[in-house]
Formats: sequence, C-alpha cells, structure tokens
Amino acid sequence: MKKIILRGRKVYGGSAEGEALVTEGSLGGFGTFDLKTGIVIDFSHEWLGKNISGKILVFRTGSGSSAWTIAHQALRFTGRSPKAYLIKENNPQTALGAVVARIPSMTDFDQDPTKVISTGDRVKVDADKGIVEITRK
Amino acid sequence: MVRLAQDEQDMLEGKEGPAKQKAMELLVKYAEALGAERFIDTNNVTIIPGSIPDTEIIQNVVPSLDADEIASKFLLDSDQTVVLDRVKAFTTTNATFRDQRYPEIQIGGKPFCDVLQKMVDYFRRVGIIHLATCTPYQVGNIPAKGEHCAWTESSAIAFCNSVIGAYTNIEGLHSSFASAISGKTPLWGMHLDENRLGKVIVDVGIDMEMIRDWYLMGYYVGGELGLDVPIYTNITRIPDLTRLMALCAAGISSGSIVKFHIVGITLEAPTVEIASGKRRDLRMLQFGKKQREKAYGKLNHSNKDDVDIVVLGCPHYTLERMGTVARMLEGKKVHENTRLYVTTCHMIKSLADKMEFTETITKAGGLLLEDTCGLSLDADPSKVFASDSAKLVHYAPGATGLKNTWFGTTEECIQAAITGKWRGELR
Repeated sequence: MKKIILRGRKVYGGSAEGEALVTEGSLGGFGTFDLKTGIVIDFSHEWLGKNISGKILVFRTGSGSSAWTIAHQALRFTGRSPKAYLIKENNPQTALGAVVARIPSMTDFDQDPTKVISTGDRVKVDADKGIVEITRK
Repeated sequence: MVRLAQDEQDMLEGKEGPAKQKAMELLVKYAEALGAERFIDTNNVTIIPGSIPDTEIIQNVVPSLDADEIASKFLLDSDQTVVLDRVKAFTTTNATFRDQRYPEIQIGGKPFCDVLQKMVDYFRRVGIIHLATCTPYQVGNIPAKGEHCAWTESSAIAFCNSVIGAYTNIEGLHSSFASAISGKTPLWGMHLDENRLGKVIVDVGIDMEMIRDWYLMGYYVGGELGLDVPIYTNITRIPDLTRLMALCAAGISSGSIVKFHIVGITLEAPTVEIASGKRRDLRMLQFGKKQREKAYGKLNHSNKDDVDIVVLGCPHYTLERMGTVARMLEGKKVHENTRLYVTTCHMIKSLADKMEFTETITKAGGLLLEDTCGLSLDADPSKVFASDSAKLVHYAPGATGLKNTWFGTTEECIQAAITGKWRGELR
C-alpha cells in the first residue's frame, strides 16, 4: 500500500500511531468536548458527536478561550487524551496544550496536513524525527 | 533551542527553589514547542484558575484537595507538589470563579465553590491579587503601551494587544502561572513588533453605531481569519469601552483574533500603511449587511420564542452598561417564567451597590452576580437562553448544553426578561 510522508517540526516529542480525525478548521478546548468521554459537544464544530480520545487530531490551529490548555490537560487526567496533535498553524494554545497533554505533536509541515490527511487514514507520528507516515484508509 | 540568560538558568537548575524550577521547566518546554529563541521579563500576569475541571476530576488526581497539590498539578503541570512562597510578577486573577453567595445556581454547586474558595485563599497567600474578572483593565490592571505581559482570558488578550497596545500572547493557565512565578515569558508572537502588523483589510460598510454590530463584526471576521491580524477601515465613529470589549470578545470566540487594528482609532494604526508595515499583499474582506446577517444567523438558533434565561455582562459589565440596564428596569418586573442574571466583578458590583443599580436590578427581579460567568450557571439544557453577548451565546451550547440561543441588543434582552418572549430581529 502506498504511503505518504509529511515532514515537519516537533512541538512535543514522542511517537504514536492511530486513526486520523481531520478538520480544515480550528480546534477549541473549553466547551468543545466532554472532559470525561472525549466526545465533541460544540454544536458549531464539524466533529460534533465524534470522540477525539485515542485519535490523531489534524487541524488548523487552536481557537477560543484561553482555558484551552486546561481542557486538553484534563483529558490526560481522565485518560481520554488524543494520541497526537498535527497542527497546521501552531499557536500558544496548541504549543502549551501539547506540553500539558504530554502527547507527540508536530507543526510547520512541508504540505498542509489538513488537506493531505483524511479522516480515517492510518497515521504514524514520529515527532522527534519530524516525520508523519500516512496510509490511506 | 531556547537560549537561557543566567537568571533563567539558575531558576531551571533549582537555585531559586523548587517552585521556580518547575515554572522554568514548563516554560522551557513551552518555548521549545513555540519555537521561541529566548525569554523576556514580564511583570504583568493574569491567570485563569477558575476554569479548572470539576471537583470529580480534581479529586481523582488530588484526593486531599490540598491547594498546593492542586496548584502544582493543575496549574503548573508538575507531578511533584511544590510549595510556592510568593509569585515574582504582579499577578491578578481572571473570572469564571463562583459567586460564593449562590452556590446552588452554579455548575458544581457547593463542593466546587469550596474548591475555588480554597484556591482564592491560596492566591492571597502567594501574593496574587484576586480581581476575579475577565476585564482586568476595568479594575486596576492596566498595562502601559509596549509593556510585555502574560495574559489569559481571550477577550482581555485582544483588548491588551489592540486597545492598550501592550504585548501579550494568548497564554494558558499553565504558562501564565509559570510566568507569575518566574517573571518570564517566551519572546514570541505578539511580543515581536513584526507579528503585530495587519495582514487583512476589513472594509466596514455599516455605520457601527450599535453595540450589537461590534459583536457581529468580530464574530464574522473571527470566523473568516486564522491567526492573521485584521485592520478595520472606514470606521468613523469612535467606539466606547463597551463596543471595543464587544469586538475583542467576539473575534476571539469564533476565531483566534488576538490583535486587531482600527485605522485612526487604535494606537498602532494611525494609517493603513503603518498598521500593515506597508505590506503589499493585503487580503481584503468586506463587512456589510450581508456579512452581518451571516454572523447573526450563526448565533440565533432557537425556534422557541419563550425565553427562560437572560444573561447580561459578558465580558463583565461596565458601569455604563450597569447604569443603562438599571434605568431600563426601573419600575419594571422580570417575567415569572424568566430569570435575569447580570454578571460583573466584585469591584464594579461594589460601585453598583453604592449607585443603587444593584437595588434597582434586584427590585425588578433580576440578580446581579459577582466574579462568576454566565457559562457557570447550572441551566437545564432544554431552556431557551438569550444574551447581548455574542461570546456568551457562542460558548453556551458547549459549556452548558443549552441548545436554544438568542443573541440581540441589551434592549431586546431586557424586553425578553420582562415579557418572557423573544422579539429581537436584525434591523
């Protein structure tokens, strides 16, 4: 099966493998998902009803309340964290969010990750090496 | 890699004690995640600890609910509990605390009020001023133009950068608390002049008299832009505090606008050329009636016109708004099926008490809440919610489960509170 490789920069180190959940839009924190289940509850988000827990999240940037990092840290405490963040435009929310969520995260890609990766793709992230390997679903 | 100055290295090595060491450890990881090369000193920090998760999540991590342990794990992201003596920077707290007088009407009830009161006592101990407001610039935390800050609370960040002309990124609880302890913040993003320049011109085609339209403009533009700084043009009427607060709050709710320029009005924008750094490839965006309608439609999604809850005061109400609402309610009664809440901070409430605004609002059947947020109200999700704040209406579904929301003018909201019916429209 054909593999696609994306190269980028480490935001927070580590490696992960899983299924991608992708939006060309941004991701919030506060009021975006249920902290105990990981299910998206924001009516205006295209992931409404989907569970971000255990997924490789691919999105544009962090948006909304500065409680962003509290919500993403809380998922670590409830055991509902995503597996990785692949961020098109890194901002302070996503940078700090990755640090306190303690999950592998990357940004500054050679191609737009929100366009190259599709929801359901199998994705392997090696943040330390700066490599993302995508296998189409 | 981030380069450290000697004092930063000393803190990181633990020479200044474990709290500063943990703070620097977090800030170094954060700076590397950002791609920042060094730190800058800050002596103006606002932290947002009222948004910590609920009692159950906290208690699972910290069974004793010990304040030092909660602060270490939830605020500083440290697995090791550190006991902080005093913060180094001038630091104030943000809103989303609780009005301790009414635990039963706020999410989490008495147990969560108690946890937050414990944290308030902790902040007093470590030298943090408990302003408890999303509008610190209203009540004693006003940085100077060009001052490097580490602020939380999205709308206040936009205000700090755009209106005051001070420099801050959108900090989180963890980074701002680490900045409070260490007096350092990464030199990145909004702290660098070149990143403060506008990239998108917004051509404003309506007269912008109404407060509502400042919310709708921010809401529309926020949804259209990513991290780019907009330059609003063709605004001839000088906005007051409430209108500027509306624009700040809305643009960072629907999107990520941490800074904007208004040509001829905000400090860094005497002309388009200066606001954009003479950029040639400026993107153009229109804001006229069509765009205003689009934003309005996104916020108004109720098919029921019976209104159960009306909340005013997001961001925390100004004295001007408080006086206006008191006048509107003079001699009136809130409908028996409707609840009216007005939120602000304890300092403004104290003045509202003295001006008898509180008495007028209370006599009419409304409730003036201090230090809390409309999103902290424990509401039945089937209820119909109305507010004059686009920010509150934007967050209400996710934060409280309320699905039926109305957004409109303060007048329309007060009418809804009195009659129990929504009659708002985009005129």
